Amino acid sequence: MDTAATPHSNYLTDGYSLKSWLLTRDHKRIGLLYLFSVTAFFLLGAFFAGIIRLELLTPAGDLVSSDIYNRLFTMHGVVMIFFFLIPSIPSVLGNFLVPIMIGAKDLAFPRLNLLSWYLYTFGGLFTLWALVTGGVDTGWTFYTPYSSSFSNSNVALVIVGIFINGFSSILTGLNFIVTIHKMRAPGMTWFRMPLFVWAHYATSLIFVLGTPVIAITLLMVGAERVLHLGIFDPKLGGDPVLFQHLFWFYSHPAVYIMILPAMGVASELVAAFSRKAIFGYEFVAFSSLAIAVFGFLVWGHHMFVSSESVYSAMAFSLLSFLVAIPSAVKVFNWSATMYKGSISFEAPMLYVFGFIGLFMIGGLTGLFLAAIAVDVHVTDTYFVVAHFHYIMVGGAIMMYMGGLHFWWPKIFGKLYNEFWAQVAAVTIFVGFNLTFFPQFIVGYLGMPRRYHAYPPEFQLWNILSTAGATVLAVGYAMPAFYLLHSLFKGKRAPSNPWGAKGLEWETTSPPPTHNFETPPVVTEPPYNYAK
Amino acid sequence: MSGTHSDEPSVLQHHFDNLGQQFEASALGMWVFLVTEVLFFGGLFTAYMVYRMTYPEAFAEASHQLNIVLGGTNTAVLIGSSLTMAMAVYAAQQGDRHKQVLFLVLTMVLGMVFLGVKSVEYSHKFAEGLVPGPNFRFEGDAIHAQLFFSLYFVMTGLHALHMIVGIGIMAVLTVFAWRGRYTSRYHTPVDVSGLYWHFVDIVWIFLFPLLYLIDRHGAVR
Ligand code: HEM
Ligand SMILES: [Cu+2]
Repeated sequence: MDTAATPHSNYLTDGYSLKSWLLTRDHKRIGLLYLFSVTAFFLLGAFFAGIIRLELLTPAGDLVSSDIYNRLFTMHGVVMIFFFLIPSIPSVLGNFLVPIMIGAKDLAFPRLNLLSWYLYTFGGLFTLWALVTGGVDTGWTFYTPYSSSFSNSNVALVIVGIFINGFSSILTGLNFIVTIHKMRAPGMTWFRMPLFVWAHYATSLIFVLGTPVIAITLLMVGAERVLHLGIFDPKLGGDPVLFQHLFWFYSHPAVYIMILPAMGVASELVAAFSRKAIFGYEFVAFSSLAIAVFGFLVWGHHMFVSSESVYSAMAFSLLSFLVAIPSAVKVFNWSATMYKGSISFEAPMLYVFGFIGLFMIGGLTGLFLAAIAVDVHVTDTYFVVAHFHYIMVGGAIMMYMGGLHFWWPKIFGKLYNEFWAQVAAVTIFVGFNLTFFPQFIVGYLGMPRRYHAYPPEFQLWNILSTAGATVLAVGYAMPAFYLLHSLFKGKRAPSNPWGAKGLEWETTSPPPTHNFETPPVVTEPPYNYAK
Repeated sequence: MSGTHSDEPSVLQHHFDNLGQQFEASALGMWVFLVTEVLFFGGLFTAYMVYRMTYPEAFAEASHQLNIVLGGTNTAVLIGSSLTMAMAVYAAQQGDRHKQVLFLVLTMVLGMVFLGVKSVEYSHKFAEGLVPGPNFRFEGDAIHAQLFFSLYFVMTGLHALHMIVGIGIMAVLTVFAWRGRYTSRYHTPVDVSGLYWHFVDIVWIFLFPLLYLIDRHGAVR
């Protein structure tokens, strides 16, 4: 490494021992610790998905037994939701970027931040241990009374793992909220904050308002299994539907934990690659908050068929339609930003286009599901599976990948191979649609979710889907090669390779330990691309 | 690492500009944490509310089994501890080391009295066969009374757990206060722990009427 070209020391050169990483309090290093763990869990979740798709290649349940199949899709869901999708953007990119973007030296509570990572990792390993010693077969939703009284799998252990991980989310959210309130650089007013930061602020609100509810709910399930309390057991006067209410009160907002940060990334990328200020900046900022608030009011749309009264179903249906408004505000404003912009089609922007397309399909089919009559027809079919994969995978992961590419030169100070990055982005988009679009059709035709065998007439769609999953896997594998390659052989990245606006581009790549050589003072509006 | 400014004591962490900012951050952090606690207990309160409305008679009957004198005593004890905690915070702000230690110790003692009374109550319930499980004995609607006691033990148990954590925090604070770590310029940990302690008291202020007092006169139709 030529030291002549790196006059400054930076956070990466700040110590090379394992201890200097495992005991670091630098938010940037903690972001990289997360990057490492989150990627590991993603691979694991993807591995489960691979076996599920292989099993579904043929109508007969011949690859794994139904019991194993239940455990597989449960672990796939648990790992992907709690250990990949929820932490991915906030914990990796948010951790790294939020303090830099507002001109702070670190998050408000650096030690707490490190603790979050340990809680996350231990929670994850604990869950894996539960998997190795027997697994869980309840589905990631842990519906009672099956989970509380009947299942003889490791429900209690997995619950403990998720519970620990929940504290990690809460602490991350708390840290972001305090940092954004109290540590902004001089001149960084609320309405000069990047939309990425606004999105993380809204996400953090959900973290702190939602996560405790799922934590106590799961604790009740655990207590019920161990102590036979009966809170959710109809035999003992309890009500299983209460569990669903409490569960979805968190878990619907949780889908916005996954999608709001993705929208934040999209806003940054759209502005940078269109060379324009975000159209209607305030609307986009407030729509994040609106989504966070509305997200807490629509949980009942998961329970149209669980003994809900017609009137509450109607109310929840209406409220669910309302969430579409702030989401649409964002899509319209991104489109308006791109309109007459000088758009360039580098890899991160390709991910944005993919994201917008997939998110729109996911969102529109969400409207189908919010309409009671349609929902009754497709509940618990592959239609729902396709819907939430379009939102969560198509939305959140697309922007996670886009963001990772966009900020990669900043994080590591190295440029990756643009051509292969573009090939990967297109491969992922094609593979994704081939995997999940057939699921809309087969679900609409009546194939139920969570079964390991199915009537032969559904096989064609399943073959397409499995083929798509293979393409998708290739697409996801490619970045592992060219990104790692860039670390060793990549060209040095300048401090602002994209010519983008924002404090993070004003410091060196990679940033120095305290983020800026001289404390920044903000004097201009955000996305000031005009001049 | 520990960035010592010439005009600020070493208690200022490197990533803050001044002690004011550091204090505000800690206080806001604690408030946000308490919001998460509200929601954490909120799940249980919701469950309680739902079942109280579904089985009003059984819940009223079951709640008559709780000892209102012991519960009332504990309420008084906790309110007293909130007072001593507030005094401890005031003493810290004044930089009065001796009063600080005195009031912190008093707070801890009151907290332990609370836990002592609570364990007496728990042991009564064991003796009376009112603990949910195979040995549960109750004349009347036993199934739903058992639901009441499940919630009673989970809610008061979780509250007691918070008390134990609080007493632990107080113990640490007392040691530091004794060593003179908190001055009129720097007393953030005492302030912030005070918030936590008051919060735990307030949870009890809700638990007491909900579990012990509602329908005491037994007029449920
Ligand atoms: C924005 C991000 C969104 C994400 C991440 C998401 C995710 C999910 C997930 C995970 C499920 C499956 C629940 C299960 O396990 O059964 C689901 C179902 C559902 N979603 Fe979404 N969703 C999103 C947006 C929306 C929107 C905008 C609407 C309505 C306007 C909506 C309406 C529904 C409905 C009604 C169901 C229930 C379907 C059923 O159980 O039959 N979703 N969604
Ligand atoms: Cu939902």
